[in-house]
Amino acid sequence: MAVTKKNTTGKSVAWVIVFLGAVLMLAPFYFTFVLATQPREAIYHIPPPMWFGEALAHNISAINALIPFWHNLGMSFYVAAMTTVLALFFCSMAGYAFAMYEFRFKKFFFAIVLGSMLLPPFLGLIPTFMLMNALGWLDQPRALYLPAAAGAFGIFLMRQYIGSAVPKELMEAARIDGCGEFRIYWNVVLPLIGPALGTLGLVTFITSWNSFLQPLVIMHTPENFTLPVALRSVQSTTNTDWGAVMAGSAIAVLPLLILFVLFSRRLIAGLTAGAVKG
Amino acid sequence: MESVLSPAASSTAPRRRKRFQSWKWAPYIFISPFVIIFAIFGAFPLIFSATLSFAQWDPAAGFGAIKWIQLDNYKFVLTDRWFWKSLGNTVYIALASGLPQHLVAIPFAAFLSTLLRGRNIVLGAYFLPFITSSVAISLIFSSLFSKDFGAINAILMSLHDHLPLIGQLLPDHKVDWLQNTEMVKPTVSFVVFWRYVGWNTVLYLAAMQTIPEDLYEAATLDGASITRQFWHITLPMIRPMMFFAVSLTLINNLQLFEEPFILLGDNGGTGQAAMTTAMYMYRTAFYFSDFGTACAISWVMFVIIAVLSYGNNRLFKLAGGED
Repeated sequence: MAVTKKNTTGKSVAWVIVFLGAVLMLAPFYFTFVLATQPREAIYHIPPPMWFGEALAHNISAINALIPFWHNLGMSFYVAAMTTVLALFFCSMAGYAFAMYEFRFKKFFFAIVLGSMLLPPFLGLIPTFMLMNALGWLDQPRALYLPAAAGAFGIFLMRQYIGSAVPKELMEAARIDGCGEFRIYWNVVLPLIGPALGTLGLVTFITSWNSFLQPLVIMHTPENFTLPVALRSVQSTTNTDWGAVMAGSAIAVLPLLILFVLFSRRLIAGLTAGAVKG
Repeated sequence: MESVLSPAASSTAPRRRKRFQSWKWAPYIFISPFVIIFAIFGAFPLIFSATLSFAQWDPAAGFGAIKWIQLDNYKFVLTDRWFWKSLGNTVYIALASGLPQHLVAIPFAAFLSTLLRGRNIVLGAYFLPFITSSVAISLIFSSLFSKDFGAINAILMSLHDHLPLIGQLLPDHKVDWLQNTEMVKPTVSFVVFWRYVGWNTVLYLAAMQTIPEDLYEAATLDGASITRQFWHITLPMIRPMMFFAVSLTLINNLQLFEEPFILLGDNGGTGQAAMTTAMYMYRTAFYFSDFGTACAISWVMFVIIAVLSYGNNRLFKLAGGED
């Protein structure tokens, strides 16, 4: 928008509001790290601590006494990594087929992809639990990563990107050179779509890392809890050890903060992909 | 593998034997993981859930214990006062967190779109809550909102005592954010607002960046003020994105679960003042072992979401002057 000079006072006021808003947005993260470093006495003190303390190591060992914290961290990481690897493979294959091939029922299958994006997730929660129960998959990590391994969002993203980034002539040329269809996908297409794979990988990893409802109903033994479920299990209404919970939360949030600092632009672009065309 | 030619190439070389036209079946192989996973973990559970909503069943008793009871689950849900209370809570929180999100995000995105520098840093700060774990966030907020030892009350009290003029508007006593039935819904709404306002800003900013700059240049030459440009260029041009963003807010907020579940516990707090319908469904299934009724609740909610989304669609079409 064009800005004229008489607007500078208005703009300063706007900046102050935006700055205060940013403080409001970031303050909870600040307090997570403050409380994670404070001993119990300081947290249950009036007024509460506003600056870092020295009890971080103590709080980490406290959270380990309450829950099998490193197991939970490992489980979160394992599920997120498996989901990401499978989703990158399955979504790029399906997206490639939808972008580059003509085949019977293509429209029908693509309508299913788009339609499955509209289904509210909680509609499937109870029957998914019962299905996993019937399969004997309760408490198994695969009950978490397999259903999430070929998401419609990823297929859509891949189809858009492959359609614009991979020239069809390249496929023709590879075929004439005697390349099989899978080798064309693996050796010709995949190397060209690195940026889209990166974006989808980030989005998938973060979504899986933060996921709560599915692991809440599927994982039953504390060793198999993912981090969000484990942290929630520590919270009790009366006498919560907040230092320990905040140390755990800080460690749960830390990978996301690092990914965000490194890749925020790509992440924002990836999450809004598709929306912008709408 | 034999050399395989594309349709165009093989028609110019008719003598080559078409033994294995892998380009014909390859796409089906490529989409098969999606189709299989969707069939097993997407479509089948939905059919199962729809079937079960007409039955009474405690899964611990085995498949033989399924009793068909026609519409009884739906009749029960629609006359259950706890269902209506949870729906009321959900709609309250959806509106109280959803409306401010968009009323803040649109002017904020308009402001950001005028910036040449610093835009990404500001945007990053507002977007961060969206990508962090809602459980970790809710745990943090339940500590911050704690009545006696929470930082929020401490800061408000200190501002009340030391900030001139505005300070007098702030409460002079500790607010019981998480126990007082009057306060829990606004508190949950605030946390939801806090989490999604940056996401909506990003969506609106992306839409504003696609508006051609010469529209504004022409308007400026014609003497239109910034405010008029906002109302007559920016708002109409971002209408498709508004529809998309409002639809997303609607769909997500009506399924709200994690924030109230963590902030207030699995029963939705004192007097169940913040028990949402999604939480009620969860309790019906996993605490009361009544899976048939829980499935019926989820389908009633699905219909409500679908109807409201359709209404939202009509509203935007009417506002845009289409039919």
